[in-house]
Amino acid sequence: MTVVAPARRGSIPPTRVVELDAVVVGAGGAGLYAALELKQALGPEARIGVISKLHPTRSHTGAAQGGVCAALGNTEEDHWEWHWFDTVKGGDYLVDQDAAEVMCRDAVETIINLEHLGLPFSRTPDGLIDQRRFGGHTRNLGEGPVRRSCFAADRTGHAILQTLYQQCIRREVVFFDEYQVLDLAMPAEAGGRVTGVIALRIATSELYAFRAKAVMFATGGYGKVFKVTSNAHTLTGDGMAIPYRRGLPLEDMEFFQFHPTGMYKLGFLLSEAMRGEGGFMVNGEGERFMERYAPTMKDLASRDVVSRSIYLEIAAGRGIGGKDYVHLDVRHLGAEVLDTKLPDMSGFIRTYFGLEPLTDLVPIQPTAHYAMGGIPTDIDGRALADETRTVVPGLYAAGEVACVSVHGANRLGTNSLLDILVFGRRAGIRMAEELAAAPEPVADLDAEDAVQASVGALMRTTEGERPAVIRTELQELMFTKCGVYRTEALLTECRDEVARLRARATNLLVEDRGCRYNTDLGDALELGFLLDCAEATVASALARTETRGGHAREDYPDRDDANWLRHTLVSRDPVSGETSLRYKPVTITEFQPKPRTY
Amino acid sequence: MDVTLRIRRYNPESDIEPHWEQYEVQAEPTDRVLDLLHQVKWFQDGTLTFRRSCGHGVCGSDAMLINGQNRLACEFLIRDAGSTITVEAMRGVPVIKDLLVDMDQFWEKYRQAMPFLVNDEIPEDGKERRQSPEDRERYEDTSRCILCAACTTSCPVFWTDEDYVGPAAIVNAHRFIVDSRDTAKEERLQIMSDADGVWRCRTVFNCVEACPRGINITGAILEVTQEIGKAAVS
Repeated sequence: MTVVAPARRGSIPPTRVVELDAVVVGAGGAGLYAALELKQALGPEARIGVISKLHPTRSHTGAAQGGVCAALGNTEEDHWEWHWFDTVKGGDYLVDQDAAEVMCRDAVETIINLEHLGLPFSRTPDGLIDQRRFGGHTRNLGEGPVRRSCFAADRTGHAILQTLYQQCIRREVVFFDEYQVLDLAMPAEAGGRVTGVIALRIATSELYAFRAKAVMFATGGYGKVFKVTSNAHTLTGDGMAIPYRRGLPLEDMEFFQFHPTGMYKLGFLLSEAMRGEGGFMVNGEGERFMERYAPTMKDLASRDVVSRSIYLEIAAGRGIGGKDYVHLDVRHLGAEVLDTKLPDMSGFIRTYFGLEPLTDLVPIQPTAHYAMGGIPTDIDGRALADETRTVVPGLYAAGEVACVSVHGANRLGTNSLLDILVFGRRAGIRMAEELAAAPEPVADLDAEDAVQASVGALMRTTEGERPAVIRTELQELMFTKCGVYRTEALLTECRDEVARLRARATNLLVEDRGCRYNTDLGDALELGFLLDCAEATVASALARTETRGGHAREDYPDRDDANWLRHTLVSRDPVSGETSLRYKPVTITEFQPKPRTY
Repeated sequence: MDVTLRIRRYNPESDIEPHWEQYEVQAEPTDRVLDLLHQVKWFQDGTLTFRRSCGHGVCGSDAMLINGQNRLACEFLIRDAGSTITVEAMRGVPVIKDLLVDMDQFWEKYRQAMPFLVNDEIPEDGKERRQSPEDRERYEDTSRCILCAACTTSCPVFWTDEDYVGPAAIVNAHRFIVDSRDTAKEERLQIMSDADGVWRCRTVFNCVEACPRGINITGAILEVTQEIGKAAVS
């Protein structure tokens, strides 16, 4: 690839073209597994490209801690059907049960495959993959906790990310590091087919048109829309906003998981594995309050239940010193467990709080963690265009950016890693199968021109607001008005304020006028994605007048299966700018909805 | 508290040479240096350029020279860094802009180490390969590497000889050399015993001090040399 001399200041160079067989956007677990499967299926000649706005090993898969569940039964009896039930129940029955069945059944073989690829799993004395307890995972349909989570100490995600990246290097996948994808190619003459993506090469501010027979989005979530979040700075919903702008729907965006044990004020996660290993939470009165909310599973109830319980304790004045946090107590776990099974967590507590987990209580609060919603897909990662499950030809998605839906209204701990692995892999296999019959990609010159024009315009503005000012307001707004608990009044205000922020964001100042690593321009582009995700989330949340999983309405405190046992599809008309909501039924095959207790 | 941030700025598009700029920011003692860099970038000077992602020490994006030592900006608290903090790009690699360095060569060396398990045989029962906790423990330390480049860019041997593979590549070779499942040990040892491999290490221990993960890098390098020795004898 040649590098052109920097263009004149305040403008960007002309668009370059790269032709590939398939292009994967995002280099976390889902994207890398798909690329690896594509390469393995199609052989060394296949031109498989992975585009990431980071270097692949920086992807947020690497931050996942506690483990990935599969019913291997290595340390006690377990069955994938039990895992299936837990996933459906954990998702408050909004899970598509056929998809969850595939995930829990494929889990076993997928974990074994990862071991074969070199993943450094922690081991049992017999040399098998070790397993431990995790929230919401039970034996025999809810009787009690089960050891199902396979782990590599408390850095399972890091191990997954590294292993898959390593094997992609071995198989000579082509990486395009530090390219920010800005649009899909969907030329009118291709009849709705996706034929590539348009991306900004961050190093030079050149636009690249990647033309490919298949495009997969595996770009992760949009946690940065909230003020307190466990998510990386880079999780700005790019892969959701881009199809949304094209008029494609997003599914179940109102369901957002707040993880119970975020580090107070910082938002980073203290893994659920800390409770899996025996840690528990106490309120300001020193009471183990989860015993009241979830008598059987206690601190290992599903995350939505635990986060709401913390919120209620705080609202009742039983936070620590009446403040907005509670304590996690892991002192009794002892040095052995803390240092060998939870070394990174212990390190976080020492580094960021200056506390000693062996002797001190740890301040925690719920933190925005995971989007259950996203691009609707089928069980092979194919993106869906509407409530009748019409496939968008050429477009695939997997992982947090997608909604299969295996998490329903609330994701169980460890199932995000499982989701990226199982469905990333399945999408790769399906893409490889469909590639042979796919037509040669047609260029979308209109989209290339439009991106060129919009980025160019951003670079030319001479006065406006700083992206960070608007983003900070958005994060505060979403955290307080579209957070753990919501009401019609709060959501209505939130909707209107998001609209105002969107209007203000049409006049952004990009102070950096250079072409070299213009991360100021990147901030402006990412703000646009966040605002679109916020709009879709709030519109979906306002309409859903019930409480289910990661969508809790104070004004509608009960689950309402009669009216709301269905998935939301939100979309925006690209011409009129109007948002609209449609719904599709939940697939129920085995487990009839029941009241959910833990 | 009031903090003075002294940042070594350099944009080859417009600057003839690097220069220092000073920024005044408000900080809590528990803020991290990354928070202050964000304050500057977001609210004072949008042209300041650096990499970062996870913000809590697991992705390896934001290694830089802070108060003269390689650190992750997201892990270094203000109460430890003090009220006047100097921040520069890592040494020994070309600066692309401000705190952001050219990592191409670093990744190239990482790839040289064959950083992937080689073993295409699958157990007959179709299950996982067995590995004892003791064998697993042998690469526990080196499997924790986050590829931040803090070690390699603090190594005086690397500064003077850019052909040296550097500590990070050796750490990642070690991770597989001592993995009982791997079948390409000989090939990897061959690469590591080349002229630009492990023998260049002068056990200065800068890498150990710089590693934000606390990996015993010099120990891993020593183990690789021992493995090379064993292979030569057998």
